[in-house]
Amino acid sequence: MKMPAADEAILARRAEIVAALRAIIPGEGVIADAEERRAYECDALTAYRQLPMVVCLPSTTAQVAAVLNYCHANKVKVVPRGAGTSLSGGALPLADGVLLGLGKFNRILEIDFANRCAVVQPGVTNLGITDAVATDGFYYAPDPSSQIACTIGGNVAENSGGVHCLKYGLTTNNVLGVELVLMTGEVVRLGGKHYDAGGYDLLGVVTGSEGLLGVITEVTVRLLKRPETARAVLVGFPSSESAGACVAAIIAAGIIPGGMEMMDRPAIHAAEAFVHAGYPLDVEALLIVELDGPAAEVDELIAAVEAIARDKGAVYARLSQSEEERSRFWAGRKAAFPAVGRLSPDYFCMDGTIPRKRLPFVLTRMTEMSAKHGLRVANVFHAGDGNLHPLILYDANRPGELERAEAFGADILKLCVEVGGVLTGEHGVGVEKRDLMGTMFSDDDLKQQQRLKCAFDAEGLLNPGKVFPVLHRCAELGRVHVHRGEMRFPDLPRF
Amino acid sequence: MADTLKPGDAAELRDAVAWAVAEDVPLEVIGAGSKRGYGRPVEARARLDVSSISGVTDYEPEELVLTARAATPLRAIEDLLAERRQFLAFEPSDYGPLLGGEVGSGTLAGALACNLAGPRRVKAGAARDHFLGFAGVSGRGETFKAGGRVVKNVTGYDVCKLIAGSFGTLAVMTEVTVKVMPAPDKTRTVLIFGLDAAGAVATLADALNSPWEVSGAAYLPQAVAKRSAVDFVRGAGTAAAAVRVEGTELSVAARCDALRKQLAPRGALEELHSMNSATLWREIGDVAALLPAAGRAIWRVSVPPTAMPALVANVSARLSAEFFGDWGCGLVWLAVAPDGDGGAAIIRAQIAASGGHATLLRAPDGLRAMVPVFEPQPPALAGLTARTKDAFDPKRVLNRGRMYLGV
Ligand SMILES: Cc1cc2nc3c(=O)[nH]c(=O)nc-3n(C[C@H](O)[C@H](O)[C@H](O)COP(=O)(O)OP(=O)(O)OC[C@H]3O[C@@H](n4cnc5c(N)ncnc54)[C@H](O)[C@@H]3O)c2cc1C
Repeated sequence: MKMPAADEAILARRAEIVAALRAIIPGEGVIADAEERRAYECDALTAYRQLPMVVCLPSTTAQVAAVLNYCHANKVKVVPRGAGTSLSGGALPLADGVLLGLGKFNRILEIDFANRCAVVQPGVTNLGITDAVATDGFYYAPDPSSQIACTIGGNVAENSGGVHCLKYGLTTNNVLGVELVLMTGEVVRLGGKHYDAGGYDLLGVVTGSEGLLGVITEVTVRLLKRPETARAVLVGFPSSESAGACVAAIIAAGIIPGGMEMMDRPAIHAAEAFVHAGYPLDVEALLIVELDGPAAEVDELIAAVEAIARDKGAVYARLSQSEEERSRFWAGRKAAFPAVGRLSPDYFCMDGTIPRKRLPFVLTRMTEMSAKHGLRVANVFHAGDGNLHPLILYDANRPGELERAEAFGADILKLCVEVGGVLTGEHGVGVEKRDLMGTMFSDDDLKQQQRLKCAFDAEGLLNPGKVFPVLHRCAELGRVHVHRGEMRFPDLPRF
Repeated sequence: MADTLKPGDAAELRDAVAWAVAEDVPLEVIGAGSKRGYGRPVEARARLDVSSISGVTDYEPEELVLTARAATPLRAIEDLLAERRQFLAFEPSDYGPLLGGEVGSGTLAGALACNLAGPRRVKAGAARDHFLGFAGVSGRGETFKAGGRVVKNVTGYDVCKLIAGSFGTLAVMTEVTVKVMPAPDKTRTVLIFGLDAAGAVATLADALNSPWEVSGAAYLPQAVAKRSAVDFVRGAGTAAAAVRVEGTELSVAARCDALRKQLAPRGALEELHSMNSATLWREIGDVAALLPAAGRAIWRVSVPPTAMPALVANVSARLSAEFFGDWGCGLVWLAVAPDGDGGAAIIRAQIAASGGHATLLRAPDGLRAMVPVFEPQPPALAGLTARTKDAFDPKRVLNRGRMYLGV
């Protein structure tokens, strides 16, 4: 993985740039010291590290606008950062860039139950929003496993998901508005407390744009009332085929569970050893199916799910008998990444989506690939929506293992695309999947996406080196090639 | 208008757009033409009729996805889904009659291009939330695709969101993939009578903020309720607020009971079952039957629900107006006399205070050319909008001027 070469001219001006930024953000908001900068050298994709040229921690929109305006005028690159939990290297710094941390934007600005929304600063954690409204019985629905740490700004930038997205949607379906600072320093509001856009849905484009289009300085999210009841059932299967068939049958029966997760044997064992969730250890695949809603409905649907599971050959079933037990079922799943991480010095968390019906095929192929690359893999899977998280175990201190892990990961993602799926379901492209974009998109597809980037950031200063494998200049992308007279068009029916 | 070009497939469509780019001929893009009157009058010298690009190409009920060519009739898709007890959860409205056309003539890509969303918006989202991927031709005359055929996908920018609601001004879709959902077995509606606008907003918020998974929340003032085809609504002689629940029989009955208990202090209640309930929400989503038949300009206004009472009070104080609210009163339909600016200044002054946007959905051509049909944008946002248009359609050949002058 290569990042764009650092601009020597910018590096030579470092002292002057730091001074200019200090004039914008007084006090401790500008970090130039190498030791202190080290805290920002990577996100949760720790295989890639880079000290940023300087770190800025603004606390107002005006400061963000002034920093971006200065960087725009001086052609300095900027990398936005929330909590740094990205698994795709989206917040990986640049040697010649400003790392713009939004951590000081940590206030909840308004809770508006009458309009069913909350207005928060981007550095508020995902769980922080739910905590602020929980006593009134409300919550913010998307719940990434990293919710204690990750920020809502990062969630919007990545369009993050969670185990309850099957029923309640992803970040993009739960965000009503943002305040966005463009690279020029201009501030725009997209959306608000109302539904949908009056013009182009730029909010929809900014959501999931991985910090390439603008810096989010405020977010309005939709709040939901907690369901009356939630019950989870653990179901164990002798094979991933039968577990996959059970998932398909549940959906085919018209049931959309609040969450439907699958783990394979290595993941089950790792999670059980780590949090003692009470998982059965003698099954090949484990499903957690959670039904939530009105009590009458949940009881009815749980019975239906149990019947389907029996029919599909389940060898183990346990229904949560209390809130405490339900939380314990989830604790294992939510801690699956760190749990697997204990088995190995390093791991990569992959994130492809596949059509659900291809799961058994993909798991079989993955076992073969694991043998070929000589690395272990454990699987957790948002089974309801086909989003796979294979965890590849490796040891970066052993020569060649990182490269083998990267190659294994690339093989898995190519397989996802091959069976009709996509490279990333919720973790983003970042630097990790950047060079694989060509397996899913043609040159023309990618150029069209980059033209959209040009509309927001014509100089390509915001988070360059992420998402797109090849960087083109906007002037070059904007050129229209006119094919006068060579059309098949004359044959076209006219009226 | 000189010509109508009618490509038979995606390749011919690309050639047609490439020709328009080469010859500088702005095109008006139409599917079935059911929503031609939605937006500003288009500056075009030829028409691009995509209606031949039609037919479902792939439907996998277990995967909850459907792929179809762009101009596949919505009705055909809804019928196909119904066979497998599935549906389009965003409940696409049929504005055909409202815009002076026929019932049931819309296409799938048309519904996406206008980002349609029916009463279920409050629970299930708009067309944008169900639009997974597409292939199409940009205003540069180039074929490209975005998104995919799976629900969870963050690979690259979410260009589907941008194309939804772009009214054919950025690209012409040739094939689209949408998410489909299991259709509910049963539907019931609780009616609450006699509320004023402020009471309705509070009551609907109370219902929407309950754990009962409300999938529709509307308010019909007395004059509007009188036009309903549903006896209980028409004959009530007063305003009616309506709250819908959907799901399995057992669940719907339980939630309806719970809502009735919760809402009883707010007014007299009634309950609608299957047919009546379906009829009422069709009327609310399609709009035409509930507002005066002709001679009025019609605004579609999206605001924070609590802004609705002041909006309608201020408009009514100055103009003869009728209105009703959907989406918990976050969507306000206003019918006003098409004189002067059709109420634009008053409505938009309210929006400047509350946030939101107003679209002049139906009005004579003259009025739609004179007042901004879509919400005017502050300079930074207008600049971003124009640059976004440039990114897809630098020569302005696709539906030029439909949303904003020159865009
Ligand atoms: C243990 C673990 C579990 C996880 N589980 C999940 C999961 O279940 N589902 C899921 O979807 N993800 C998951 N993630 C991934 C990660 O938590 C999410 O992507 C999260 O949204 C990142 O938020 P952050 O605040 O840490 O952002 P960062 O990592 O700091 O940044 C992520 C990206 O967003 C950009 N960015 C951040 N803030 C802003 C802003 N204010 N304006 C503009 N751009 C910005 C950055 O430039 C970067 O490209 C997990 C990660 C870990 C480590």
